[in-house]
Amino acid sequence: MAFENLTTRMQMALRRITGKAHLNENDIEEMMKEVRLSLLEADVNFRVVKEFTTEVKELAMGEKILKGLNPGQQVVKIVNDELVKLMGSEAVLIQFNETRPTVIMMVGLQGAGKTTTAGKLGNFLRKNHSKKPLLIAADIYRPAAIDQLITVGNQLDIPVFSMGTLVNPREIVKEGLKYANLEKHDLIIIDTAGRLHINEVLMDELIDIKKITKPDEILLTVDAMTGQDAVNVATAFNEALAITGCILTKLDGDTRGGAALSIRKVTGIPIKFAGTGEKLSEIELFHPERMASRILGMGDVLSLIEKATEEIDEAEAMSMMEKMMSGNFNFNDLLKQMKMIKRMGAFSGILKFLPGMSQLQNMDKVDDRQLVYVEAIIHSMTPAERKNPELLERSSSRRNRVAQGSGRSTTEVNRLIGMLDKQRQMMKRFQNMNPESMERMGQNAMGGMSQPATINKGKGKGKGGFRI
Amino acid sequence: MGIFAKLFSSKEQRLKAQKYKLGMTKTRKTMATLKDVLTTSKRIDEALYDKLEEIFITADIGINTVVQFINELRSVVGKQKIEKPIDLENVIVDKMFDLYLKGEIIDTNIRFNKSGVTVLLFVGVNGTGKTTSIGKMAYKLKSEGKSVMLAAGDTFRAGAINQLKIWGERVGCQVIAKEEGSDPSSVIFDAIREAKKQNIDVLLCDTAGRLQNKVNLMKELDKINRTIKRELPNTIYESYLVIDATTGQNGLSQAKIFKESTEISGIVLTKLDGTAKGGIVLAIRNELGVPISFVGMGEKITDLDYFDIEDYIYGLFADFFE
Repeated sequence: MAFENLTTRMQMALRRITGKAHLNENDIEEMMKEVRLSLLEADVNFRVVKEFTTEVKELAMGEKILKGLNPGQQVVKIVNDELVKLMGSEAVLIQFNETRPTVIMMVGLQGAGKTTTAGKLGNFLRKNHSKKPLLIAADIYRPAAIDQLITVGNQLDIPVFSMGTLVNPREIVKEGLKYANLEKHDLIIIDTAGRLHINEVLMDELIDIKKITKPDEILLTVDAMTGQDAVNVATAFNEALAITGCILTKLDGDTRGGAALSIRKVTGIPIKFAGTGEKLSEIELFHPERMASRILGMGDVLSLIEKATEEIDEAEAMSMMEKMMSGNFNFNDLLKQMKMIKRMGAFSGILKFLPGMSQLQNMDKVDDRQLVYVEAIIHSMTPAERKNPELLERSSSRRNRVAQGSGRSTTEVNRLIGMLDKQRQMMKRFQNMNPESMERMGQNAMGGMSQPATINKGKGKGKGGFRI
Repeated sequence: MGIFAKLFSSKEQRLKAQKYKLGMTKTRKTMATLKDVLTTSKRIDEALYDKLEEIFITADIGINTVVQFINELRSVVGKQKIEKPIDLENVIVDKMFDLYLKGEIIDTNIRFNKSGVTVLLFVGVNGTGKTTSIGKMAYKLKSEGKSVMLAAGDTFRAGAINQLKIWGERVGCQVIAKEEGSDPSSVIFDAIREAKKQNIDVLLCDTAGRLQNKVNLMKELDKINRTIKRELPNTIYESYLVIDATTGQNGLSQAKIFKESTEISGIVLTKLDGTAKGGIVLAIRNELGVPISFVGMGEKITDLDYFDIEDYIYGLFADFFE
């Protein structure tokens, strides 16, 4: 999935220019192509990607190469730094009102997670800032939305002000504010109904609520899985209401969350919180620098590469690489690859850097047991099956037998087969890249290596510098 | 005049597709530039392909599918020696059909069992509109003369059971529910028994939203499926994956992983009345073979329709026919 493609691509792109003394325009251009694809796959808005890569390209061209970094690492560093800069380098806190109760208004599309987040936020601010929150139920449209907020309030022991579904939300918030003053609440969180940003009647309602309550914060709740439309949504809400911040929800999924970058770049609004789970305690301050590497999907590629260089025998890695590129990668090779990884340390930390591993990475908690399971599955295959994965792909009785033999479920066996298949396909894709750039890659990348004999132009074989 | 233009030259056809056009009015704001791109470009060159790529990516069709699509365009342009950009119009529309149909006849009608209850299971990530879609579907089926029952299988989210009960009242059908926190399989088990007893035609089962990477929650879904299969052996039941039109590339991951635990019959594409294009469903169809069965295009109880690829594409390209 997205993760593996990106990581692989970045590594491939990196490999092409690692070990070179100088970067030329072509190298940077090549890298930017990969960065562009990666960002698009992460759902960063098309225009934002365009601007971003243009800016980074210019920066990379003018930049002097730092000591201790090779040119490839340098470009990755620039990309990452720029992304962090763009996202804002520090977490942005809630602006509390010093003189009167702080009012926070939650807005967003339907299903973004406003009601849950309203509760989570109240709980978070009570715990970390000793506030006395009140939740106001102003969603009179969605069936049982008020019930939902009341239930959340009960679970957290936070009072909820509601007037049912027959009262206009403008009236509800007016009365809610009075009630909050009476009960000496110093934090008021208003849960509004989800609405489309193009629904003028409902947008006007929000504008009125804003006028009545004069909120200190208007937080746009955005689903982290949102695609290209995130920019339209954020722009429309911002134009109507002057949003003060965003909350990114459902970030515990496997989405890369490129919407965060789009929103940040187009509107300049900071992302303040992230929802990271179904429990009401699962909300965190948003850390932009972590998001940058998530969107890039590369985690800490640099340190992994260093680590890999130290731990893996170079010749072994090269032969593995060649095997992968040949498209004949089979279960025996996967087993070998895993043993190499094992030597490098904890599986879970490294997993996401490997092509084809995202399926496993999607597990709730990836632990090193996964590796044992995969080994058990492979060990339950016949030598012929290990060598020729098609045998398994074609026969469900073989797959069932392997599942029984290894004590794992058929789904897991299927997943492993799928993973290997993907890995093979991906390698084929790299092989099929246009011959010109491959040739250049080959030559360039070999610059720092002393094994020119292994160059096999246009076949994607034996290009040096790639360690994993 | 190309195939597509012919298709929509009849007034009835256009009227039928009007709803998609209305629902997707804002959608077309971006896609409308397709006409501009084709009319203002002088020749078919890289710059034109880049612009096309942008249009399709902006519709969330997904990078892999878009790249594939553009490559196919290139090859048609090469083979048929197309030179004028405006002539690409038909090729694009044709290819878009191909992308979705893949040479198959797609029948997304609900497969009702000849006798006994037909179960429709709704699954998806959080906040896509499962409960709302069930409400609308119940109304639709009831207006078609079927007896309908709802099962409140979302026992997790606060207020979800009441939300479904309110829909039950609106539609006028029974809702089988237990208290919050109970085992969803047991709710569905009870509902199937009850539906059988009362000779109900269709049982619509709600489930809690779950992110596809939560293994335990996906296992819970396995259990629900096992329960249905055990209680209704040798019958067909439909599982619908509900996807929000604003969803980006993660939609692919959703479809892929949900498909592993549930035999997805089709997608219910919700919230298509916003500015999002829901193009990810084209990628899902292209890469995973899952068709789109229904679309939700508004907040009214009647705003759920069978998906129609012609209308969908008409909605995207309607400016060509005005």
